[in-house]
Amino acid sequence: MSTTLTNIILKVWRQNGPDEQGRFETHQIPEISDEASFLEMLDILNERLFLEGKEAIVFDHDCREGICGTCSLMIDGQAHGPQKGTATCQLHMRTFSSGDEIVIEPWRATAFPIIKDLMVDRSPFDRIVEAGGFITAPTGGAPDANLIPIPKPVSDSAMDNAACIGCGACVAACPNGAASLFTSAKLTHLNLLPQGQSERYKRAEAMVETMDDYFGSCTNHGECEEACPKEISIDAIAVMNADYRKSKVKNRKALSRR
Amino acid sequence: MTIDLDPKIPEGPLADKWSNYIASQKLVNPANKRKFKIIVVGTGLAGASAAATFGELGYQVDAFTFHDSPRRAHSIAAQGGINAAKNYQGDGDSIHRLFYDTIKGGDFRAREANVHRLAEVSVNIIDQMVAQGVPFAREYGGLLDNRSFGGAQVSRTFYARGQTGQQLLLGAYQQLARQIGLGNVKLWNRMEMVDVVTIDGRCAGIICRDLMTGEFTRHDAHAVVLATGGYGNAFFLSTNAMACNVTAAWRAHRRGAAFANPCYTQIHPTCIPQADDFQSKLTLMSESLRNDGRIWVPNDPDESRPVAQIPEEDRDYYLERIYPSFGNLAPRDVSSRAAKRMVDAGQGVGPLKNGVYLDFADAIDRLGLDTVWERYSNLFEMYERITGEDPREVPMRIYPASHYTMGGLWVDYELQTTIPGLFCAGEANFSDHGANRLGASALMQGLSDGYFVLPYTIAPYLSDLLNKPVPDSSHEAFAEAEQEARDRFKGYMEIGGTRTPDYFHRELGKIIWDYCGMDRNRVGLEKAISEIPALYEEFQNDVRVTGDDTSLNQTLEKVGRVDDFFQLGLLMCQDALTREESCGGHFRSEYQTEDGEAVRNDDEYAHVTAWEWSGDFTAPIENREPLEYEVVQFQTRSYK
Repeated sequence: MSTTLTNIILKVWRQNGPDEQGRFETHQIPEISDEASFLEMLDILNERLFLEGKEAIVFDHDCREGICGTCSLMIDGQAHGPQKGTATCQLHMRTFSSGDEIVIEPWRATAFPIIKDLMVDRSPFDRIVEAGGFITAPTGGAPDANLIPIPKPVSDSAMDNAACIGCGACVAACPNGAASLFTSAKLTHLNLLPQGQSERYKRAEAMVETMDDYFGSCTNHGECEEACPKEISIDAIAVMNADYRKSKVKNRKALSRR
Repeated sequence: MTIDLDPKIPEGPLADKWSNYIASQKLVNPANKRKFKIIVVGTGLAGASAAATFGELGYQVDAFTFHDSPRRAHSIAAQGGINAAKNYQGDGDSIHRLFYDTIKGGDFRAREANVHRLAEVSVNIIDQMVAQGVPFAREYGGLLDNRSFGGAQVSRTFYARGQTGQQLLLGAYQQLARQIGLGNVKLWNRMEMVDVVTIDGRCAGIICRDLMTGEFTRHDAHAVVLATGGYGNAFFLSTNAMACNVTAAWRAHRRGAAFANPCYTQIHPTCIPQADDFQSKLTLMSESLRNDGRIWVPNDPDESRPVAQIPEEDRDYYLERIYPSFGNLAPRDVSSRAAKRMVDAGQGVGPLKNGVYLDFADAIDRLGLDTVWERYSNLFEMYERITGEDPREVPMRIYPASHYTMGGLWVDYELQTTIPGLFCAGEANFSDHGANRLGASALMQGLSDGYFVLPYTIAPYLSDLLNKPVPDSSHEAFAEAEQEARDRFKGYMEIGGTRTPDYFHRELGKIIWDYCGMDRNRVGLEKAISEIPALYEEFQNDVRVTGDDTSLNQTLEKVGRVDDFFQLGLLMCQDALTREESCGGHFRSEYQTEDGEAVRNDDEYAHVTAWEWSGDFTAPIENREPLEYEVVQFQTRSYK
């Protein structure tokens, strides 16, 4: 069932720290099973580097089942590699062929500075959520869960957007380094739901403006949707833009200033 | 017995205990809450929900995670669902029934009062999470949908596609993020807790290592909550995320917190079998698949025909055969062991003959491909990504894998460990699940502890400290603990051996899996108890860390965690050896019926074993907390 790929060349980005000069390092993988995941191939390479007394390549990863959003990597210039709707940790070597040369880089985005090698700092995402990516519902005061019926299509659409894993592929794929897909997915999830209505416009304003503090501007290239491992649609960006515009006339803070 | 294992169960009839407790507990008034600082380590369901609620109440909170963001915690990977006694389906569910199912599922090895409280607050959890915007699955009428799960005869599981853990964690994370944004909670990310500091027997704070810079820092507080997850990665191969570890709990144990029932580990029946030796982790396929999939193996170990050509009479649907009333929905431990028996008998399937089939062909005939696809598409796609096979065309191959650990730090009814001021929540503690956890109950327990238990039970401890000075991080105990941690990590750098931490982790995992996995016996456990210290000695002399200790170094992070797994792994085996009975996830092959069912010994083993640190990891001290059942009668679990 399994076959062996041979002679794969890896060009891996190495960088010691945020302010250091980076460089590509070339490594050869003489043999690898096509059952191996892409990250397991890097594990094997790291084990070899270790035996040679060299420092392991640093990369972010954790659950290895495509849900925690920790893994990243630009693989041959594509965020999360060539397989659509798949995070790097679920990419398997059967997607590649013997003799391939594979270029591995960290996420490319000004808002995500490199920490070391292939690891970047994605904390601006947390700042966006802290600004408004929530429904204010302090513990204890919630009414019965079935009190508000939510039409299934609304609930399903909220879920489609809530599936975002916060990996940052959308930003890395965007020529402008914009975070519109990430921000709008969270915004659309919450703004579609009845529970999210009281803070809808305040949320839109706070999240969009915090996003603008860190990230580039969206010009509707659509690369984000292509790269998203959860295949979240850029329709969310339209919802966000509409809500943001409305927020400027509707929200209470803005009204009180008039 | 040298430590106090008073569970502090409130007075009164079982169903009134929790409300009596709330009514009579000491409170901290709102103006005084800001005088208290609480540290929460871990930002999974239990940690994030606790930290957010403490922040809302007005306490000063410091939350720690070793991830880059609180949203990465491993709670996120839970697929199936969360139980609650809502009885929205009108199928006969009640708080008492959820309580009873949990006790029975745990094979009568959990504390009645804790489990009843869990069942009581389960209904509040669903209300709370819906209010936060968690998009649970709904019916066309707009009301919440439920599904059934192993070990229950009612539909009480709420779910959000196959991503329930993700949606619940994001809900709790968003509440936490709100508190961080408001300045009520301070978040410390990429920080690993490496020790607990105790002063005069009370927990005074923690020592952390900054994973970015290698710096050690001291953090004082009035109370510390550990919500640091389970220790399933002791097996090396498990469904846990790569970074899951026991360090926080183990370091607390070394400072005086008793470790309870470490041998209670859960093996999940439906994971993708190992494909090769280099494999780094196993992937779980939600148990909900067993609602429609049929599990079978060929009768003939040498079967070589393609699956589709194996006629019905040559297939053994062994779960349906052995357990006719529960069939493919038999509880996790029961179905896991049945799969192991089939594979051990040579009837395994797949290239390595290390799995059993989970077949959807009948479900597709009965329901149509569209319905089956709608229910399980994300799982089918995940399976295909990993194995390259389409479950619509060939049956899935599954095999059990380590998934959850019921054991953990001993806590009383207030979730306080044997160190005053040190609390423990979620998978990291031992309470509620007994010897076996039912499906969809882990999310329930994590959120119950964090949202609805700790915010009440931490107050009496804090109220006693009001306006009394507590030692801060300049105290010499902090300096000593920091120096010890510093020396420990420096020591790892200096060993300069020849092997990777992963090598030792893999070897250790093999020993624990072989002798303290699904099937245990005296001879094997004694063998493990002699092999682990030998391998540990080799580890201490021959492990090597490349890179340096003053910048990010993932190898150094790993070596510290493997060190603690060694000591815990030995304790797991010792605990398993001491418990001479079979119960739940702990199956001793000496104690089984003729047809391979577990035989409990309620006269001698209806207790919690809480191990105390003696200073020597090979000689822990055994303590016991008897389990007294007022409402439930012992009975033999039967799912036939």
